[in-house]
Amino acid sequence: MNRPPAPTASIRDRLADAPEGSLRFLHGAAGSVCLGHLLRATSLGRPVDVDGRSRLVAARVQLAGRSVLIATRDQLATALALIELDGVARRLIVCTPDLPSEHLPAIVSQSDAEAIVSDGTNGLGLPLQVVCDGAVTPAQDTPTPRCRTEWVLLTSGTTGAPKLLVHSFASLTAPIDCAIARSSGSSARSDGQEVVWGTFYDIRRYGGLQIFFRALLGRGSLVLHGASEPIGEFLQRLGAHRVTHISGTPSHWRRALMSPHARAIAPRYIRLSGEIADQGILNALRSFYPHANVGHAFASTEAGVGFEVNDGLEGFPASIVGTPGDVEIKIIGGSLRIRSTRSAVRYLGEHAAPLVDREGFVDTGDMVERRGDRCYFLGRRTGIINVGGLKVHPEEVEAAINRHPAVRMSMVRSTRSRMTGSLVAADVVLKAEFDPAAAGDDESIPVFKRQIIQLCRDQLAPHKIPATIRFVPALELGAAGKLARHA
Amino acid sequence: MPQQSMSIKATVISEIHQIAADDRKALAPLTDDLVLLDSGLDSLAIAILVARLEETLGFDPFTESDDVAYPVTLGDFIRFYEQAAGSHSVDTRQAG
Repeated sequence: MNRPPAPTASIRDRLADAPEGSLRFLHGAAGSVCLGHLLRATSLGRPVDVDGRSRLVAARVQLAGRSVLIATRDQLATALALIELDGVARRLIVCTPDLPSEHLPAIVSQSDAEAIVSDGTNGLGLPLQVVCDGAVTPAQDTPTPRCRTEWVLLTSGTTGAPKLLVHSFASLTAPIDCAIARSSGSSARSDGQEVVWGTFYDIRRYGGLQIFFRALLGRGSLVLHGASEPIGEFLQRLGAHRVTHISGTPSHWRRALMSPHARAIAPRYIRLSGEIADQGILNALRSFYPHANVGHAFASTEAGVGFEVNDGLEGFPASIVGTPGDVEIKIIGGSLRIRSTRSAVRYLGEHAAPLVDREGFVDTGDMVERRGDRCYFLGRRTGIINVGGLKVHPEEVEAAINRHPAVRMSMVRSTRSRMTGSLVAADVVLKAEFDPAAAGDDESIPVFKRQIIQLCRDQLAPHKIPATIRFVPALELGAAGKLARHA
Repeated sequence: MPQQSMSIKATVISEIHQIAADDRKALAPLTDDLVLLDSGLDSLAIAILVARLEETLGFDPFTESDDVAYPVTLGDFIRFYEQAAGSHSVDTRQAG
């Protein structure tokens, strides 16, 4: 397992030497796929009972060396496409779930996409569309030219349009190779017990994609969430597959603990990432699942997996700052910076900003504070709000609020929530002629609140709509005349 | 104090109706044994409910300690507020 990966290493290369029977399953909401069949069936000429997968195989020659957009409703279809096309396509652009379709043309143009793999009918006018959900026909394998694949992941940008980040197989799997080398329960064979991973985190986001690789390279199984599967049903399905390792954001876990089916699972390892893990959720998980090791990880699409914390406490030991190693961490102006081989390679697209500073560190924008021998997360420097693992840029919400005719200005900030980590809160200044305090009119405040929420609802995704609105007489402005945002 | 309990409960129920109306979501009958996640409110809506109740009642029982469990049913949820109200001087008559 510790051999250095070949320059063209791909998922298929890494699984090629897996002994017969050592590969497990991908379990989707609609059905399961045997990984051994997936990797071997074509050469043995056996049909595979995977919807649409045969079409992917048939299209593989045409997709070879191309830039391919993967935009499916169901995660399992994306998982199949990634396994099938890694090492074949020049570039794989992994679209996040619920990506607003208005962003797709810009993504296509920035990534030079030439083909789309989807489970819908929208081909975006690209020359080649492969539908990954059709009828099943036995597939014939055709020798396909090999290629080093660039992985393109999406992360949210200031204007609402996603930013495109290039990763490589090596950068994405570096944290996993490290974990497998340590054999810290991630390998299916480490203690004789089969490893079954589950993830609340979608594999089309960085945190979920890590779990996809962990399961695959660790020769374990993976249980994936269905596109519109209720949490209770997913928990029961995780339980039926006897999930041993499971990952999600703190908000996913809070939601799981609110389900009457939380006892359907009895994991050995619980992992939290994607949001600040507070002491409350760590304690709640430890007391609810006393046999599980509970760990939290710091990771971002840009910086990769920074570190894992397994002592059951929030924050992280200050001793990891400044220590040389695979991952180097420093704190500049309160913000966490990371240099490692796990970081993304670069941003994609014209006018893309550099990803790293002169010394090769990614500035994560996550503010930390040292108290004694521990560091604690304070939130985002730029005011980005993390609602249940989804980023909200305040400017976008403010623009929506400011369209209300009575609003003079607004400032959107984060408010803490035990349920979703953070929520969006808005401070709003009304125009003088609408100010109810001046007009002696108490009735208009609830009306304005309703109208502003409605206005936001028409323009924004649900997690971006302010949970609370406060009317204030004025907002503090900084020296440059910009709103004074505080982390 | 049964009167205070009724009032907290009425406040919670009224906020739930308001959030469902904003979201244009249909609600299940709001009985004590209703599983919150089956109520018609998703986890984001429940988080918003907690934030709005903090505005109305002046406290959030879920941030008072690092050792709180998570409510499964509506009855659990209301009990969290009723218990926390005991340690706060809440004027629930005005709030409700």
